Amino acid sequence: MSSATLSAPAPAGRVPVTLRLASCLERKAWISLGVFLALSLVAVPVLHLLVPPESAFHVSAYAITLIGKIMCYALVAVAMDLIWGYGGILSLGHGLFFALGGYAFGMYLMRGIGRDGSYGSDLPDFMVFLDWKELPWFWLGTDSFGWVALLVLAVPALVAFVFGYFAFRSRIKGVYFSIITQALTYAAMLLFFRNETGFGGNNGFTDFKRILGYDITAPATRVVLFGLTALVLAATLVGSAWLVKSKFGRVLAAIRDAESRVMFIGYNPLGYKLAIWVLSAVLCGIAGALYVPQVGIINPGEMSPANSIEIAIWVAVGGRASLIGPVIGAFTVNLAKSWFTVSFPEYWLFFLGLLFIVVTLYLPQGLVGLWKQLLARKGGTA
Amino acid sequence: MNTLVEERKQEWEGETQGLAHMLKPGELDLSHGVILYLEDISVSFDGFKALNKLNLAINTGELRCIIGPNGAGKTTMMDVITGKTRPDSGTAFFGQTLDLTRMSEPQIAHAGIGRKFQKPTVFEQLSAFENLELAMKTDKGVWASLLARLSREQGDKIAATLERIRLDKEADRPAGLLSHGQKQWLEIGMLLMQEPRLLLLDEPVAGMTDDETMRTAELFVSLAGQHSLVVVEHDMAFVEALGGKVTVLCEGSVLAEGDLATVQADPRVIEVYLGR
Ligand SMILES: Nc1ncnc2c1ncn2[C@@H]1O[C@H](COP(=O)(O)OP(=O)(O)O)[C@@H](O)[C@H]1O
Ligand SMILES: [Mg+2]
Repeated sequence: MSSATLSAPAPAGRVPVTLRLASCLERKAWISLGVFLALSLVAVPVLHLLVPPESAFHVSAYAITLIGKIMCYALVAVAMDLIWGYGGILSLGHGLFFALGGYAFGMYLMRGIGRDGSYGSDLPDFMVFLDWKELPWFWLGTDSFGWVALLVLAVPALVAFVFGYFAFRSRIKGVYFSIITQALTYAAMLLFFRNETGFGGNNGFTDFKRILGYDITAPATRVVLFGLTALVLAATLVGSAWLVKSKFGRVLAAIRDAESRVMFIGYNPLGYKLAIWVLSAVLCGIAGALYVPQVGIINPGEMSPANSIEIAIWVAVGGRASLIGPVIGAFTVNLAKSWFTVSFPEYWLFFLGLLFIVVTLYLPQGLVGLWKQLLARKGGTA
Repeated sequence: MNTLVEERKQEWEGETQGLAHMLKPGELDLSHGVILYLEDISVSFDGFKALNKLNLAINTGELRCIIGPNGAGKTTMMDVITGKTRPDSGTAFFGQTLDLTRMSEPQIAHAGIGRKFQKPTVFEQLSAFENLELAMKTDKGVWASLLARLSREQGDKIAATLERIRLDKEADRPAGLLSHGQKQWLEIGMLLMQEPRLLLLDEPVAGMTDDETMRTAELFVSLAGQHSLVVVEHDMAFVEALGGKVTVLCEGSVLAEGDLATVQADPRVIEVYLGR
């Protein structure tokens, strides 16, 4: 008659926060995460800074920049997984939030150029070129790192909140929602292409010189940015694992599977959808802000509809609703992309399309699902 | 005009003075032992009368069966009680004071009327335990869910409900893997977690095996007393097993009422069921 016979989650009682956090990932996942952090925070810096370039163990600047960039993409993919995999809402406009974070941080980097630009002016070069005499109002304060860090979080959050509020309140769902998000990022791209918008037109921002006073191209700076990205990615994975295992995550899954039933038992889906949507957008913004100083450029191309579709493909390839899947997907697709664009640039889009078709037809759970199937089969025959 | 309003007001005030207890507005008042009153309810769809001056009173703790041929208006009656359909005329009261015709669907659900639909819908990806957890009567806002942790009482309550609906062995299984009958039970369990005073169950044993049907009857009988139940069903063996009072609905109004044997012996009922 007691609940002791139940194997269901035992009532928690007073468990310390650290322990609760520890229980949101499996042991193996914690170990992998530790190895990942040790590699990116210790091994990579040592192999880049201390091992001479002639050595076979030297990690090149190219490799660090490439992996750092892909880690930013992986962060976007995890954000996409939260809203698509767990929330059942397919956004095809996540490139916009990434770009907004990137542009916000790019403003700080542009201001950091100071008088080292080609015109030797206090204003960014593109403004001098447009014959502007002073900074537009929305550039005010962008020389302050703190203010810009706030913008990186707040701008994607605000855009996502306003758009999401109206879309979810009007119960726009499924393919309609996806199409509207495509239109949103497309419209933003056209806006940012215009010189008068004040973000450098089609050239965007580039030629950055320093970040927080440090030379942005210095190997040490590169290593710090790389490590920071790895830390943020790891923290996001842990936080997301906690989130999807919370009651919030279960309500979200319930909304994904049977929304009207959720309403019938007294939940208002609007707040839940909005919360995960805004969180996802903010994570993309952070990814964009980490991306720009490492890659050294941001332009409106980041908002192209195709870019946002590619994000969805990373997640589909890796495996939805698995958190680690999107990371694997982002790495697989982007490593393949950088190989293709060197060896067979003209075939990349064909390959991407083919990959997408194969995954949707044969691997609905992505690479993670395939891995699990293989493990199960091995376990079955053994 | 004014005098009429004045008169009504006095009438009403006179009545409240006569009550032996005070009531908070919006609270269920069962002082007269009746939980649901339907009086002269009529509903028509494009001129077709789905309900025609329907009268029904359910006592607190009662288990009532509603039977009747297809199209008799049974589901429509439940729609009226839950606020999904507004009656063209008539009154519907929950307890002495709550006017159901003036309340929204969520308000009615919150006041304590739970309904099970014909087709079971459970959250297939979540376990049976988690399905009950989500249905539990508690704060359902975003922050509350983010910070929610199951207390011991809550855990015990879920465990007790799982046992009651005979799913304690299946607590961790995804609901999508349960049998059809088990899904029906899980949905009843979700209903119970919301602690309703009145349960409306529309064809709850549809698609169940005979064994499952009889167990469901046992479950309902055990719920009566604590809860009031209104069960719509075609299956006569099930109705017999429930053993409560039976109301026969036909063409939108009550044709007969009484225990099953009496009702079955009624010539008008026989005519409706055996064809004219
Ligand atoms: N929304 C509606 N619009 C039109 N007719 C309806 C609607 N709902 C029910 N009806 C009609 O009302 C009658 C009673 O239906 P219902 O209450 O579902 O009967 P029962 O549940 O007893 O089989 C039926 O003839 C049905 O076709
Ligand atoms: Mg019906």
